Amino acid sequence: MSSVAAQDHRTPAAPAPARPRRGPGRKQREWIAAGLFLAPDAIGLTLFVGVPMVLSIFLSFFQVSGFGSYEWIGLGNYERMIADPLFWDSMKVTGLYVVILVPVLFCVSLGLGLLVKQKLPGMGAYRTALFLPYVISLVVVGVLWKFLLDEQVGAVNRAMRAIGLEGESWLGDPTLALGCVIAVMVWVMMGYYMIIFLAGLQEIPKEYYEAARIDGAGPWTTFRTITWPLLRPTSFFVLLMSTVAAITGGLDLIFVLTNGGPANGTSLAIFYIYQQAFGFGEYGYASAMGSFLVLIMVVVSAVIFKLTRGGRFDDGE
Amino acid sequence: MASEANAVGGRRRLSGRVGLTALAACAAVVSVLPVLWMVSAAFKSRSTVTDGNLIPTEFTVQNFVYVFTEVPFVRYLWNSFFISAVITIAALLFHSMAAYALARLRFPGREKIFMAIFSTLLVTAPVVLIPLFIVARELGLLDSYAGLIVPAVFNAFGIFLLRQFYLGLPKELEEAAVLDGCGHWRVYWNIVLPMSRPILSALAVFFFLANWNAFVWPQVVTSDQSLTVVQLGIASFQTQYLSNWNYILAAATVAALPMLALFFTFQRQIVESIKTSGMK
Repeated sequence: MSSVAAQDHRTPAAPAPARPRRGPGRKQREWIAAGLFLAPDAIGLTLFVGVPMVLSIFLSFFQVSGFGSYEWIGLGNYERMIADPLFWDSMKVTGLYVVILVPVLFCVSLGLGLLVKQKLPGMGAYRTALFLPYVISLVVVGVLWKFLLDEQVGAVNRAMRAIGLEGESWLGDPTLALGCVIAVMVWVMMGYYMIIFLAGLQEIPKEYYEAARIDGAGPWTTFRTITWPLLRPTSFFVLLMSTVAAITGGLDLIFVLTNGGPANGTSLAIFYIYQQAFGFGEYGYASAMGSFLVLIMVVVSAVIFKLTRGGRFDDGE
Repeated sequence: MASEANAVGGRRRLSGRVGLTALAACAAVVSVLPVLWMVSAAFKSRSTVTDGNLIPTEFTVQNFVYVFTEVPFVRYLWNSFFISAVITIAALLFHSMAAYALARLRFPGREKIFMAIFSTLLVTAPVVLIPLFIVARELGLLDSYAGLIVPAVFNAFGIFLLRQFYLGLPKELEEAAVLDGCGHWRVYWNIVLPMSRPILSALAVFFFLANWNAFVWPQVVTSDQSLTVVQLGIASFQTQYLSNWNYILAAATVAALPMLALFFTFQRQIVESIKTSGMK
């Protein structure tokens, strides 16, 4: 007999057949079943992703003060944004952060991916070790690196002094602090993207490499003519994901490691927006900046798409 | 001649392999050392925590005792465990149901609905944080377990991966079941779910990890002490005990250890879930 679900939701129009047959009854039952299967996620995603998405743009035209007081101010928030030097500073910090973090992370993870693909003694342990930082929360990572980078007692300066160098005020200098945030992010994320690259590398048929070896191609030629072009879908994915993550992520790390300082040197746009919203209750203004950030993200994603041809292989192949 | 050249090539390959192994070992050490440093510092006393030794000279568990007695850390851990577990279970159930419908059922607008769901992947949580907070406020979810849990359940990532997986399952099995009179719920529950155990366990570990490590949303949605999750606990502990590194690092170690344990137990599943997330 049919299951409970099918019996419960059979349409009244179709009298219950003893066994499901092809025909309108079955089709309609399939629709209803689909609706019920999809309902929880459809409602949830609408309520907690869809509505906020639309609301975000809507809010950006309002002055929101306190609890539930909304006043339409048209483009007022955007005018304020254009005239806000702190916002542009945060955009500059974000730009610098993305432009350095993404390529460095890309190269490091690709390098590690190529490295851990090799069959070497102890490789299982190395892979585990390289991937381990990824499972630690950014809050703990922030606490840990604040300790390691401490000017007086940190292990980093201690090591530098041990080899006769001057210690640095890592988190006290705006430029160095941004560099530290980037380095810590690379340390956290390299294992994740390493795995993605490893998966992509393992998909490349071994025969190609064998053929290249017979042709006498060196490692560089092999990389340039086989690995790099065939890795394009993976590269696209990594570039896109890491860029989006760089623009919108890292809040937790910034909170704990630098709190946007020193001198706003690590105040990423997302951090500034967060401060405006939840520090000062400027939900409308923060939404305007958030919408602008999304626009930037869409443009950047489109550029990446264009540059990597959407991760497709070369037309010639 | 030829054998001589081979020998030279072989030697070069061997030395290359030694070099690569050394490089991998170095990278691995650099990667792990900071974590070891944290764990070791957590076992050091106040006066030796900054001595720079990797092995504590005076080994003590006093820091952990302090952390657990001074701060309701057990409560924090429980809150994190509870919300992560509930989110994971609810997400796996709802996502696999939706994915089953999207992959196996035929209904009008299926592709459009899938595209709509897929497009929400482009919306990253921090960007919609403000409106999400307002939605949660309007629904009366602030300062409640529901507020921590419900909005975190829904993400298209899980639906997408499960749908891809279900598209690849052989059709014959469920066709036979349908002919035998099984309804869709039974096909889903008795056939498709058991077959998707590998990807479900991979996603489960991944979801649990992500939610255990969540910080921004819990910070936004709660202010009640009794709802504090472990990441929030660490962050506020850090500001409170500024430069008492032995306590701070003990607390951080407590927050990290369950995930490290999970990592070592389910390493394969985590790696699998990441590999599939890079799937085109």
